Amino acid sequence: MTKKKGFLEFVSENRFIHILLSILLGFLVGAIFLAVMGLSVGEAYGRLISSVTSLKGFSYVVVYAIPYIVVGLSVAFSFKTGVFNIGAEGQFVVGSMAAAVVGILGAALPKPLLIPLCFLASMAAGAIWGIIVGFLKTKWGINEVLSMIMFNWVAFYLSNFIAGIPAIHSDGTAEATKNISANASTLLSKDFINSLGLCPTANWGILVAIAATVLVWFVIEKTTLGYELKAVGANKFAAEYGGINVNRSILTALAISGALAGLGGALQLMGMGSRISIFSSQEGFGFAGIVVALIGCSNPFGVLIAGVFYGALMYGGSKLNLVGAPTQLINVIVGTVVFFIAISVIFENLKRIRSRANRNAEARAIKKADEQKEEKK
Amino acid sequence: MAKQYVDMNTPVIEMRNIVKKFGDFTANDGINLTVHKGEIHAILGENGAGKSTLMNQLYGLLKPTSGDILVNGKKIEMNNPRDAIAAGIGMVHQHFMLVQPFTVTENIVLGTEPTKGLSLDMVTARKNVVEISERYGLSIDPDARIEDISVGMQQRVEILKALYRGADILILDEPTSSLTPQEIVELIDIMHNLVKDGKSIIIITHKLKEIKESADFCTIIRLGKYIGTVDVETVTENDLASMMVGRNVTFKVDKPAQEPGEVVLDVQDLHCLDYRGVEIVRGLDLQVRRGEIIGIAGIDGNGQTELVEVITGLRKGTSGKVLVNGVDVFNKSPNFGFRHGVSSIPADRQKHGLVLDFSIEDNLILQNYGKEPFSDKNILQRDPIFKHASQSIEKYDIRPGNSEKRPAGTLSGGNQQKVIIAREVQNDKDLLIAVNPTRGLDVGAIEYVHKYIVDQRNKGKAVLLVSFELDEIMSLSDIIDVIFDGKIVASIPGKDANENDLGLMMAGGKKE
Amino acid sequence: MTNFVNNLGIILYATLIYTTPLLYAALGSCFSEVSGVVNIGIEGMMTAGAFTGTVVAYFTGNPWIGFICGGLAGAFFGMLHAIATVNLGADQTIAGTAINMLGPGIVIMIAKVMFNSTDTIPLEASMKIPRLFRGVFDTTTVFGRFMDNVFANYASTYLVFIAVAIVWFVFYKTRFGLRLRACGEHPQACETLGIDVIKMRFACVCISGFLAGLGGACVTMAISTQFRPISIVGQGFIAIAAVIFGKFRPHGALLGCLLFGFCSGLKVVLGGSSGINMQLISMIPYVVTVIVLILFVGKSRVPSANGKPFVKAK
Repeated sequence: MTKKKGFLEFVSENRFIHILLSILLGFLVGAIFLAVMGLSVGEAYGRLISSVTSLKGFSYVVVYAIPYIVVGLSVAFSFKTGVFNIGAEGQFVVGSMAAAVVGILGAALPKPLLIPLCFLASMAAGAIWGIIVGFLKTKWGINEVLSMIMFNWVAFYLSNFIAGIPAIHSDGTAEATKNISANASTLLSKDFINSLGLCPTANWGILVAIAATVLVWFVIEKTTLGYELKAVGANKFAAEYGGINVNRSILTALAISGALAGLGGALQLMGMGSRISIFSSQEGFGFAGIVVALIGCSNPFGVLIAGVFYGALMYGGSKLNLVGAPTQLINVIVGTVVFFIAISVIFENLKRIRSRANRNAEARAIKKADEQKEEKK
Repeated sequence: MAKQYVDMNTPVIEMRNIVKKFGDFTANDGINLTVHKGEIHAILGENGAGKSTLMNQLYGLLKPTSGDILVNGKKIEMNNPRDAIAAGIGMVHQHFMLVQPFTVTENIVLGTEPTKGLSLDMVTARKNVVEISERYGLSIDPDARIEDISVGMQQRVEILKALYRGADILILDEPTSSLTPQEIVELIDIMHNLVKDGKSIIIITHKLKEIKESADFCTIIRLGKYIGTVDVETVTENDLASMMVGRNVTFKVDKPAQEPGEVVLDVQDLHCLDYRGVEIVRGLDLQVRRGEIIGIAGIDGNGQTELVEVITGLRKGTSGKVLVNGVDVFNKSPNFGFRHGVSSIPADRQKHGLVLDFSIEDNLILQNYGKEPFSDKNILQRDPIFKHASQSIEKYDIRPGNSEKRPAGTLSGGNQQKVIIAREVQNDKDLLIAVNPTRGLDVGAIEYVHKYIVDQRNKGKAVLLVSFELDEIMSLSDIIDVIFDGKIVASIPGKDANENDLGLMMAGGKKE
Repeated sequence: MTNFVNNLGIILYATLIYTTPLLYAALGSCFSEVSGVVNIGIEGMMTAGAFTGTVVAYFTGNPWIGFICGGLAGAFFGMLHAIATVNLGADQTIAGTAINMLGPGIVIMIAKVMFNSTDTIPLEASMKIPRLFRGVFDTTTVFGRFMDNVFANYASTYLVFIAVAIVWFVFYKTRFGLRLRACGEHPQACETLGIDVIKMRFACVCISGFLAGLGGACVTMAISTQFRPISIVGQGFIAIAAVIFGKFRPHGALLGCLLFGFCSGLKVVLGGSSGINMQLISMIPYVVTVIVLILFVGKSRVPSANGKPFVKAK
C-alpha cells in the first residue's frame, strides 16, 4: 500500500485522536449543560483552567493524580492480562488500611524503614485481596466480577472495623483513625513547600507513581513474565497448550494488579489523607482507576497522562462552585468522555472489516503470482 | 442415476453476472449460475474463491454490487434472509446456526413460532416438527438438546429448519466437512430423496469425490471469477481439480518405504473421562515407532480428541501409562511432555495453536520464550526473536513475507497453519502429533502440510496422525489404527486399507 | 417465644425491604445479559430512577406517576447504553462505566440546580408508594403482630414478585422470550432466521434500564423519602452479582436477591441486640453470598454471545 492516507483515515485509525476527540466532545456536552442552566461557559471553563494552571494549582493536580495513576495502572495491567479488575476499589481500601496500621503502630521506627514497610504492607494487602478472588476463580470457577464486587464491600467494612479498634482509633472525637506517624509521611518539607509556593499536601508520591509506570511498562513489554500473562489473557487455551501454567498466571496477574491498587491506597494516605475516616459509602478510587485506565488506553504511559488529566478535572471541578456551577458537572464531562471512547471502537471495527478484505485480496495476489510462476516453468 | 429428476425446462435460480465488491476488493467478478428444478448443483472452488460470498447474496445476507438474481423466473431484490425464505430459499451453513442449549423443536421453529394467545404453542410446534421429519424421512428426537446430539443429527436439524420454512431450494455450505463416511452416505441419500420430491439443491464444496457421487452439474469459481459449468457425468475428478486450481494437481504423496525404528510413544491401558464425566477412553493401547506414521481413523466422539489431550497433558486421565522415550508423561503438565519429546499440531489452530492477537514472531516462540536465545534472565531478547521469525517465514514460505510483527490473526488459514508447523517442526521433538492438520485448507496448502508431515517421518520422527478425512489417513499412514468406543479395535497396514472396510470398523462393525 | 416470633417478623420484613430494589434491578439485568449485552450501567440507571421517581412524585403528588417516571428515566439511560453497544458496537464494559458516571452526574447536577442541594425535598406520606396491608391484621395477638410486621411492606414489594412471575413467563413461555434467549446464545443464527438481533437487543437493554429505574425509585419512594447522592451505593452491582449467582435466570436471580436480602435483614436484628461489632455484621451478606456460591451454586454458564458486539455484514 503506497497510497497516501487521507485525513479521514488518519483520524479513524489513530487511537490518540479518538481520545482527544472524545475529550473535546465531553467538554462540549458539559458546555451545553452549563448553557441550559443559564451559566457562563467561558467563566466556568475559565475557572477550571485557571485553577489548575497556577503552580500551586498544578501541585494540587499532581497530588490528586497520584492514587489515580497507580490504581489506573492496576486496572490497565488487569486489562492487558485478560481480567477486569473491578475489585481495585477493595484492594485500594485494604492497602491504605494496611499502610495506616503500620504507619500508626510503627511510629517508633525511623523514616527510611517505616516508609518502605508501609508500602510493602499495602502491596501485600492488595495482593492478598486479588489472590483471594483469583483463588475462588481458579479453584471453584467463581465469576471474578461477582466476587470482586463482594470483596469490595468486605474490604470497606473491614477497614471501618479496624479503624474502630482502640489502638488504631483516634483519641479525639473524630470518627477516624489516629494520624499516621510523621515518619510514615511522604510530604515534602514545609520549608520547601513554602519556598516554592506549592500546595500544603505536596509530596513525593508522584515519583513512586512514575516509577510504577515505568516498571509496569517494562514487565508487560519486555519480560517473559509479561509474555506469559499477556498470552493467558489473549488466549488461555493456546497458552496452556504452549506449556504456560494458566492458573498460576491468573493468580500472578491478580496479585500484581491488587498490589498496585493497594500501593495506590498507601500513597494517597501517606501523602494526602494521613488518616482513614470511617465512611458510610465507598470512596470510588477503584472506579476512578477504571476510568483512568480506559482514557489511557491501558497503556502505562497513557495511564500516567490520563491520571494527571483526571486529577486536574477533579481538583478543578472542586472549584466550580465558586462560579455557581455544580461540581457534578465534572462527572458528566468525564462520563461523556468515556462514553465516546466506548463508541470510538466503531472505527476499529471498520478497520477490521477493511483488513479482512485486504487479507482476501492479498491471498489472491499470492495465488496469482504462484500461477504465473507455474506458467513460466 | 444422475439427472433423472432434473427438469431442464424449469430454471428455479438464475444468477446473472453477479459482481460483489468489498471496498477495493472484488470477491465475485461476473458469476453466472443456473439451477433447475430437481437438480443437485455443486459449486466448486478453493477457500477464498468467493463461493460463500456468492451464496450469501442468494440468501440475502449480502447485497450484490451489480447483477441480477431471478427466482422461478422473476427478478428478486433480497435485502435480508426473510426475503430469501419468502422466495423459498433455505440455507444450511457450514458452521451450524443452532442454539446449543435449545431443543431440536425450539431450533426448528425459531423465528416462525406458533403461538396460542400470548404464549408459545410448543405442543403444535412439536407436532409440526415430527410431521415434517417423517414426511422427508429425516428422523430426529424433537425434545433433545442440540448440545447432546451428534454432528450428523445437527445437520438434519438444519435441513429440517429450511424445509419447515417451506424451502424448495436448499443451499448446503460444505455439508460434509465434519461428517463421518457413513453420515456422508446418508446425506447423499437424503439429497436424492429431496430432489425426487421436486426440491433443488446447491452444494458448496471442494471435495471432488462427493461432487462425482451426488451432483448433476458443477459450477467452478476461481479467484472470484466464473470458470464454467460442467455436466458432472462428462468430467473426471482430475478435470475438476485442475479447473478449480488452474493447474494440474497431484494427489499422490511420495513416501519411500522404510523400516520403523524403536518405540517413541507407548500408550498402555489408558482410561480417561470426557467433559461430562463419562469414560470415553477405555483401556487404549497404542505404539508409534521412529520413522512411521500411525493414522488414527475413527468417528468423532470415540475418544481420539481426549486421547491426544491426555498425551499432550491438556487433560488428566484416570489411569494408564503414556511413555515417551521411556518417560511417563501421564498426567504431567503440557510443558513436561514438551520437554520430553512431544510436539503437536492441534486440531483447532485458532483456539490452541495460536494467540491470534500476538505477532508471528511471538507465536513462533510460544514454548521457547523462556529459553536462550529468546530470553536472558527473564528479559525477552527482541533481536534473536525477530531473526528466528525471519528465518522461519523464509524457510516455511509463510505469506506475506516480512510479516514478523504482524498479528497471526491477520493471516489466511493456510499461513496460520504454516506458522504452527514451522514452530512444531523446528522444536525438533521425537514425536509429532497432528490432529486434522488440513481442515479448512485449500489444495495447495494441503499438499504443503502433507509434505512436511511425511518429511518428519522420513527424518526418523514418530508421527501420530488423527484425522476425520479418511483420504488423508489412507494416503499418509504406514499403519492405520481404527478407534471405536475408546479402544483401538483394528490395526491395518496403510497400503492394504480400503474405505468401506475402514468405515465399517469405525462404526463398530467387524471386517468380514 | 413471643420475642422470637417478633424478631422473625422483623427479619422477614427487612428481608423484603432489602430485596425489593435489588430484585427490580436484577430482573432488568437478566433482560440485558440474556440477550447478550453486558450491562454494568445498572447502578447509574438505578440512580437516575431514584432521583426522577421522587422528584416527579413530589411535584405531581402521585406516587405511581413518579414510580413509572423513575422507570422511564432508567430506560433513557438504558437507551443510551443500547445506542452505544447495540447500534454502534461499543465495548459494553466501557459504555456501562460511562453510564455509571453519567447517570449520577446528571441527576445530582439537576438536583443541585432545582433544590440548591444534592438532596431532594422529603416526600410526604401521601406521595410515597402506599403500604397495602396497614391495619389489616389484629396486632393484639402474637400471630397478628407477626403478620403485621411482615406485611408492613410497600406496594412496590408485592409488585416485584408479580414482576418475577411475569418475567419468567416472558422468558420461557413466549415468542419474545425464546427469541431473546436465542439472541444471547447465537445472534448469527437469529439473523439467518430473519430475527432482527439489533432490534431485540435494543429493546432488551431499554427494558433493563426501565426495571433498574423502578428499583431505584422504590429506594427513594418507599424505603426512604428523599433522594440523596448515597441513596444508591452499590445496589446495582449487587443486583448484577445476584444475576450471575442465579445463573442468568429470573428465578435464580430471585433466590440470589432473597439470600442477600435475608442476610441484610439478619444484620438489622443482630446489630440491635447481639453486641457484635456492627461493621463485622455488615460483612455477612457479602461473605455468605460467596460461601453459598462455593458450596451450592458453582460455575455459572454465561450466555454464549454475552459481551460480544453483533456486527452485521453489509
